[in-house]
Amino acid sequence: LSSVVKLMLLLLQIQNHVTCNGALYNRPFSESFEETPMLVAVLTYMGYGILTLFGYLRDFLREWKIEKCHVAQEREEQRDFVPLYQDFENFYTRNLYMRIRDSWNRPICSVPGAKMDLVERVSHDYNWTFEYTGKVIKDVINMGSYNYLGFAENMGYCADAAADVTMKYGIGVSSTRQEMGNLDKHEELEMLVAKFLGVEASMVFGMGFATNSMNIPALTGKGCLILSDELNHASLVLGARLSGSTIRVFKHNNMQSLEKLLRDAIVHGQPRTHRPWKKILIVVEGIYSMEGSVVRLPEVIALKKKYKAYLYLDEAHSIGALGPRGRGVLDYFGLDPEDVDVLMGTFTKSFGAAGGYIGGKKELIDYLRAQSHSAVYATSMSSPVAEQIITSMKCIMGEDGTTIGRERIQQLAENTTYFRRRLREMGFIIYGNNDSPVVPVMLYMPAKIGAFGREMLKRNIGVVVVGFPATPIIESRARFCVSAAHTKEMLDVALSAISEVGDLLQMKYSKYRALPSQDWPSDETSYEGTGNQGTRSPM
Amino acid sequence: KMASGQQWVLVEMVQAFYEAPAYHLILEGILILWIIRLLFSKTYKLQERSDLTEKEKEELIEEWQPEPLVPPVSKDHPSLNYDPNTKLNLSIVCGLPTSHKIVVNGKECINFASFNFLGLLDNERVKKRALSSLKKYGVGTCGPRGFYGTFDVHLELEDRLAKFMRTEEAIIYSYGFATIASAIPAYSKRGDIVFVDEAACFAIQKGLQASRSFIKYFKHNDMEDLERLLKDQEVEDQKNPRKARVIRRFIVVEGLYINTGDICPLPELVKLKYRYKVRIFLEESLSFGVLGDHGRGVTEHFGVNIDDIDLISANMENALASIGGFCCGRSFVIDHQRLSGQGYCFSASLPPMLAAAAIEALNIMEEDPEIFTILREKCSCVHRALQGIPGLKVVGESFTPALHLQLETSTGSRDSDMKTLRTIVEYCMNRRVALTQARYLDKEEKFLPPPTIRVVVTVEQTDEEINMAASLIREAALAILK
Repeated sequence: LSSVVKLMLLLLQIQNHVTCNGALYNRPFSESFEETPMLVAVLTYMGYGILTLFGYLRDFLREWKIEKCHVAQEREEQRDFVPLYQDFENFYTRNLYMRIRDSWNRPICSVPGAKMDLVERVSHDYNWTFEYTGKVIKDVINMGSYNYLGFAENMGYCADAAADVTMKYGIGVSSTRQEMGNLDKHEELEMLVAKFLGVEASMVFGMGFATNSMNIPALTGKGCLILSDELNHASLVLGARLSGSTIRVFKHNNMQSLEKLLRDAIVHGQPRTHRPWKKILIVVEGIYSMEGSVVRLPEVIALKKKYKAYLYLDEAHSIGALGPRGRGVLDYFGLDPEDVDVLMGTFTKSFGAAGGYIGGKKELIDYLRAQSHSAVYATSMSSPVAEQIITSMKCIMGEDGTTIGRERIQQLAENTTYFRRRLREMGFIIYGNNDSPVVPVMLYMPAKIGAFGREMLKRNIGVVVVGFPATPIIESRARFCVSAAHTKEMLDVALSAISEVGDLLQMKYSKYRALPSQDWPSDETSYEGTGNQGTRSPM
Repeated sequence: KMASGQQWVLVEMVQAFYEAPAYHLILEGILILWIIRLLFSKTYKLQERSDLTEKEKEELIEEWQPEPLVPPVSKDHPSLNYDPNTKLNLSIVCGLPTSHKIVVNGKECINFASFNFLGLLDNERVKKRALSSLKKYGVGTCGPRGFYGTFDVHLELEDRLAKFMRTEEAIIYSYGFATIASAIPAYSKRGDIVFVDEAACFAIQKGLQASRSFIKYFKHNDMEDLERLLKDQEVEDQKNPRKARVIRRFIVVEGLYINTGDICPLPELVKLKYRYKVRIFLEESLSFGVLGDHGRGVTEHFGVNIDDIDLISANMENALASIGGFCCGRSFVIDHQRLSGQGYCFSASLPPMLAAAAIEALNIMEEDPEIFTILREKCSCVHRALQGIPGLKVVGESFTPALHLQLETSTGSRDSDMKTLRTIVEYCMNRRVALTQARYLDKEEKFLPPPTIRVVVTVEQTDEEINMAASLIREAALAILK
């Protein structure tokens, strides 16, 4: 009864996207995207308005030479050429981005692990140029790198294996897969990836971004339809555009919107000619990196089967990070990999390497070996990078004889739940699924973007802040990436700093403050349990 | 009281009606009639959406059958050729480093197929430097450049590349293909005009497609054709000067063309640039580290001022024997890519060990400029040795390190040409010379080059090896091309 009451309270309070086809899910699916408070929205728009006015003022001063212009200029000899950039295109860059530019592109000089060393830089002219003081800020807690399972290491078994391969094989390849660049390391890696994912075959590529932009055009063409989520990554959008297919966008993670598009597409066919579509490809991501939301995969698969569409799943962030065995979002929902036609992912995030892969049926992979743009024109993956992936994947699978992999997956799940729960208790607005290690904390106001980044750095914590155009204009956020390499102490230090800065900047916008429950959820050690929300009561 | 109020309003209204001027009444009358007409007229929709019943829709959904996700691939495609005995892919390479000697399917061959121009793939110094970088940073960067993926190694490499090429700034990409394919759409948008050579490589074509600009192809290395197109554009501009003031124009050429092995006439291009006010983007993947006294590419080869070229793009996978690519030029141009280059902003950065290896390779290039002269000598040596093979002609300049061997007389069908060339390649591979056919995507290329065998020259090839390879190819051609 108490769980029923808890469920009802949950439904009443937070604006949850409750599953509509609950029978398809074997675990509770709870995401929340709390609405922007009205006052905050108004103040944010005001903030942008003031910044825009100031921007115009500064542009005016720069044009009339009252203020020194730091912007790089065109060559004298080319002054009468058509201008390379339109003034208004760069308005945002010149006047808003420049002011808080020090929050991004921070150079580091160590392993991007749980703690990192930042190169100190100062600016004497308000971020137009940077100077390196020569000092290094040591042991900054890294809440920004995509290091979900902690494989970004320079010591240990994986690094040693990669070092061996570097000396034996060299690092470059200088040829494409179809010419002279097909190494036995690639074949070994591909068989391992296929085994890891539970598919028939797989193919690896040298760059994750390029995996999408070069393979989607090989799969679809003119006369095909691509249904893509609103918040898909730039590589998926580019791949869809390069393919020449018609693209229709459905609302983020909204199954009704997707179903409506599918029905309309099949019933009405191609626009104007009404010929039937050759094929329909649904493109979704496992975890959306700006929202922290997890795709509603059981429902998508049910829709795909009903309407005979094909599914392309981009697991860039979710492979290794979700699921009791670390096999990604399919493992998380307990689904069969055969149901997804094209399983794509990258090795940058959970494996501490670089590159991407596509897994699927043997016919698909054979076709890609022959027709993928990457196989014909782009250099294949470097050998030590392939070795790093092989060793880290074996570790996750438990094939190296240790339990390190399992422990890390467990640790990541615990860290995620703990971190999210504590942030929610503090009163921040957090987006996304309760199990996703990507945690966006809302900032909203433009000034807080820069302030949050700087204040956290003062407290020796490195965070990632994002604003327009990566997010909608009023929904700027700070995005934390929880890692298995973070210990509880590090998380506590980070959380207390976040709380301090949150009070200083008045960022605790949430209307629903949960009462703090026990400090460390000792009864949820594994994935069998559901994430404990803590006791809740309306504020 | 209410009734009297109402009556009073009614009286007022009737009075107003009598007092109003006639035109006013007529106008209002027309408006009222029009509204009535609109209310009762049949609305017509742009798409007949509601013509189908639910049952019909269900039937359509039932009946619709998609094509298979991928069409079947012919079993004898070279990259799928599994040998049932060894279960190995027939073009697999294994074991030893992919450098001067390469092991292909168990046989050690001399490598005439990898773009290892300066022989740096197996260089001990480069490998040691990569190793020490691995020990410091690990393998991956776990983030894009904007979010803690910028390492001091990247900044150092960018600095070194800019100094080496004597430009203001350089920017690094983590994949060679993505370099020019992200650089072009960062500057050229919808409505802009790009003049491209017909023999431009696939990466340039993809960059152009992503940019959505107007593409105008001119015949390969034909400056008159280009000038004709530029003049036509000038005439168009006169018709609409306001629009012409905002349309950007670009010329995209390669230093050494990978598809044909010849060089672009850079001095004439620079003249055309200033006459017609077009910007030049130069793709130097094949010529970086090859041409010029110090390996600075085609600008040094011709003695052209590097500031005259707006953007130079190259990949680090050929001469520098690493992975990735870079663009260099003036800060005014390059800095823009840091926020609008898709392959830069939305992709993880280059692993630091690969960047460190590139720095060491640059060190080697700077210390020993003799290496470029040696490479050019070897290129002309190979070029000479391959002349006069019956049935095959050499396509490419004498100083290009990647030549093509094309059939002198084609049989007319691309497939049979490719089969013939493949037999020659296999003949050579069986006798320990590794060659490869130049690979293209037949359906995707705008101007599909003819089938060729690619021959790559590296500094590590000795004269004996070159002569041996040439005579082997001659033998193969005589045997197969009767």
